[in-house]
Amino acid sequence: MRAELPQPLTGATWVTPEWLVASVSGDVMSPDTLARWQFASTTIYHFIIVPVSIGLALLVATMQTLAYRKRGSDGGAVWDRVARFWGKLMLISFAIGVVTGIVQEFQFGMNWSAYSRFVGDIFGAPLAMEGLIAFFLESTFLGLWIFGRDLLSARAHLACIWLAAIGSAISAYFILAANSWMQHPVGYRIDPATGLPQMTNIWRVLFQSTQLVTFSHTLFAAMLTGGAMLLSVSVWHLRKEGAQVDVAHRQVAKMALGVVVIAALGVSFVGHVQGQVMTKQQPMKMAAAEALWNTKSEAGFSLFAYADVSKGHNKIDLSIPDGLSILATDHPGGTVQGINQVQAAERAAYGPGDYVPNVGLAYWCFRLMIGFGVLAGLIGAVLIVQWRRGRLLSSDRLLRVAAWTVVLPLLANTAGWLFTETARQPWLVYGLLKTSAGVSSNVSNTMVAFSLFGFVALYGILGVIAARLFIRTARQGIDRSIDIDPGDATSGDGGLGVSDGVLSLAP
Amino acid sequence: MTSVLPGFWFGVIAVLWAGFFLLEGFDFGVGVLLPWVGGDETGRKVALRAIGPVWDGNEVWLLVAGGATFAAFPSWYASMFAGLYIPLALILAGLIVRGISIEYRSKVATASGRAWCDRGMFIGSLLPALLFGVAFADLIRGLDMNAEHQVTGGFFALVSPFGVLGGLVSLGFFSFHGAVFLTLRTEGPVRERAHRAARLLAVPVVVAAAGFLVWSFELRGGAVSVAMSALMAVALIISVLLDRRGREGWSFASSAVVAVAFPVFVFASLWPDVIPARNHGPWSLTVHNASSSHYTLVVMTVVALIFTPIVVVYQAWAYWVFRARVSEGSVNPMARLPRPAVSAGEAYQVTSPPDLAAIAKDVPVPGERGD
Ligand code: HDD
Ligand code: HEM
Ligand code: HEM
Repeated sequence: MRAELPQPLTGATWVTPEWLVASVSGDVMSPDTLARWQFASTTIYHFIIVPVSIGLALLVATMQTLAYRKRGSDGGAVWDRVARFWGKLMLISFAIGVVTGIVQEFQFGMNWSAYSRFVGDIFGAPLAMEGLIAFFLESTFLGLWIFGRDLLSARAHLACIWLAAIGSAISAYFILAANSWMQHPVGYRIDPATGLPQMTNIWRVLFQSTQLVTFSHTLFAAMLTGGAMLLSVSVWHLRKEGAQVDVAHRQVAKMALGVVVIAALGVSFVGHVQGQVMTKQQPMKMAAAEALWNTKSEAGFSLFAYADVSKGHNKIDLSIPDGLSILATDHPGGTVQGINQVQAAERAAYGPGDYVPNVGLAYWCFRLMIGFGVLAGLIGAVLIVQWRRGRLLSSDRLLRVAAWTVVLPLLANTAGWLFTETARQPWLVYGLLKTSAGVSSNVSNTMVAFSLFGFVALYGILGVIAARLFIRTARQGIDRSIDIDPGDATSGDGGLGVSDGVLSLAP
Repeated sequence: MTSVLPGFWFGVIAVLWAGFFLLEGFDFGVGVLLPWVGGDETGRKVALRAIGPVWDGNEVWLLVAGGATFAAFPSWYASMFAGLYIPLALILAGLIVRGISIEYRSKVATASGRAWCDRGMFIGSLLPALLFGVAFADLIRGLDMNAEHQVTGGFFALVSPFGVLGGLVSLGFFSFHGAVFLTLRTEGPVRERAHRAARLLAVPVVVAAAGFLVWSFELRGGAVSVAMSALMAVALIISVLLDRRGREGWSFASSAVVAVAFPVFVFASLWPDVIPARNHGPWSLTVHNASSSHYTLVVMTVVALIFTPIVVVYQAWAYWVFRARVSEGSVNPMARLPRPAVSAGEAYQVTSPPDLAAIAKDVPVPGERGD
């Protein structure tokens, strides 16, 4: 059925060899192709950083809270050093998140102006709220936190990091509400005069089911990412410094293990619920995620498949019995719709066209997301067991592997978004607007090529700089020196910096 | 039938741009002037510290202006940013480079790394400072559009003599505004150099701005824009004169009036259009044919009425917290060391010539970024 596509270059085909040949040969490049590449690359880049920032901001706020609670004691001094060190790393990440986010804010208008005109009445609202409610909070209080250590009371200084961290979580809420509306448009009517959707209920837009599961899933994913970052860096120090390691790194490792395991459980549980919501709202997406060509009850959760796309079935398929039915419906015997059936249904509902996304991409991204994320959780669980048994430091191999943990959630995040966004294709707003209809028709391929090249080059350079800075700072480790800042009233440090004696550096 | 809300939101967006010009305006100026007013390493740190804690919050005024345009006038958002594609891409590139430069400057290890950050800060401030002026001048002049309100001109249609003059005016004014800001917020050599920069910039800026304002009346304008121009001209001249007398606070207040009046002037010139069609008047995008539905505007009005005052209060509080002038002492860890401990200060002096970078690493300087 895919052979009869009217337009081979729209929708799902952007990674095939045919596409490459066609686009290199020039004249057939459709206007949305480059715009999609630009949106995808800048957004994926933004979201490699974002979960690190959100996760670390909440964790640094927690660390500083511990330092504040235990102030005056050795324990408090340790947490103070921890919070300062991780605060530095958080800021390196935040800076990249901020500058890449600015591009995001304007890209809808630049490259997707037909889309912006179409959805602005609804989609613009959460975006504007994000700026007014979240970005101001985040940026102002982060500035106060960074530079206000000596000017504010310890309590006010602590409040600043919490407000910044909460601001970043709120920003995630609003932007995800906007995205959820694209996945599942609600709270609108079509204006008979203009044919455009008009908002009728802001509460539904902000609090629909899609949004609630997506936000929880993403926040858990960010905590998993932040936790894994703590884990990787502290394990690196544990392995390198052995028994001499600063007690502060041990504390962080402990905290990290708890966060990683809990967040992995959370993201999996919410992901399960999300899968069910998605099956109802976007049946094609679940079918593509599983490369399930034909409707089936007692469907297995496929572990490995190789699809023969043109024939509409899989050549090889290895699966867990009933797994998909359980994931999608909670029942081993539940029925899950297949790609061919959904295609027929959507064709009947929306007219002729190809409604099948890039199945291979969806299938593998879905697996990699789950696989990498679960693996990160497992590493956390194994480390906890080994630690309890007192065998952690002796198993060099385990530590060496564990130091790479953070790579897993980073890849899982990217895979998750690639899946969410590409398996929605050809829809830009599900059921309302196709991606090919959303692009700015007055922006030429040359202009987009110019900006795409520029952003990719700039982001590449920034990535190298930030990664080197991050790794260098992470390797330096937590500052062992006792705080020189006098913790008296005049400096306003109010005890945060005080340390009443030499720290015991022994483990 | 006709609602006042589209007009109200036109005003809100003007206010957001005014906030952006007022606040980020001096950040741009500091960035552009950095190589001159900064001087040596300490001086640059002083200049950057003056904006370090607040620049990101200032930039959010731009983001919210963008977001509010999207929510209240989707077609305006769509036409403007697709129509000004290349200038906007360059502005974004500039903002990226300057954001990273200011944030990472204190974290890079080497002097050459810091020099690159200074270059990034300069270029990254110069591009937007120039291009925002070009873009606003283009709006006043009008753009070629089709019946669907899509801008059709292409890149070179955006580069007109009037646009270039607008760019030079905004660049010059932001630099002046930044210089006056530094005279108010710093101490020592930087403050001196900032005074000198303000004095040098004064005459060219006043002349270019006067030329630009007069020229713009040839194109569009009404009573409000004339009033705003007069206000700007007077405030700019007062600011220059007060700066010469060393009345830094009042001079900055006057220059702030100019910064706020400029977007108000642009918006007043445009009204009731949001993008005038240069080729065919009826194709213009107006406050009414670009606006969102009544319901959306009501929602956004409620949100804005609740949250804008809160934002203004805490941003003002942040400025209050950082009210002390930035001096060499505030960025130089040695000067900040507690002296009474007999040997502490001396110890550092003995082990000098001070490896400032190393000391800075040990001493928790408030503010890791921008100093
Ligand atoms: C789930 C979270 C999430 C997602 C999906 C996005 N962002 Fe983001 N964004 C954040 C979470 C975030 C953040 C955590 O709040 C950041 C990263 C670091 C930071 O400072 O704020 C941020 C920064 C950030 C900024 C800079 C804010 C500032 O100057 O302080 C802007 C303008 C955007 N983002 C806009 C967007 C847009 C338009 C997106 C949609 C395509 C987007 N972000 C996706
Ligand atoms: C931050 C995490 C996100 C990632 C990694 C991501 C990734 C992607 C990718 C890979 C595409 C391309 C799909 C394709 O063309 O086949 C895409 C499309 C799109 N996404 Fe997202 N997305 C994210 C979040 C968002 C959010 C929060 C929004 C809206 C608020 C959004 C709006 C869009 C739009 C408008 C498109 C259409 C352009 C296109 O098809 O390329 N995305 N996204
Ligand atoms: C058993 C584990 C998991 C399940 C069942 C699951 C399920 C899902 C589903 C169904 C979606 C698509 C939602 C939609 O398009 O409507 C999704 C998206 C996503 N997943 Fe997962 N997931 C799991 C684990 C993870 C892990 C471990 C991470 C990251 C650390 C992760 C990160 C993401 C992200 C970032 C998205 C895109 C944003 C969103 O739509 O929420 N997921 N996941």
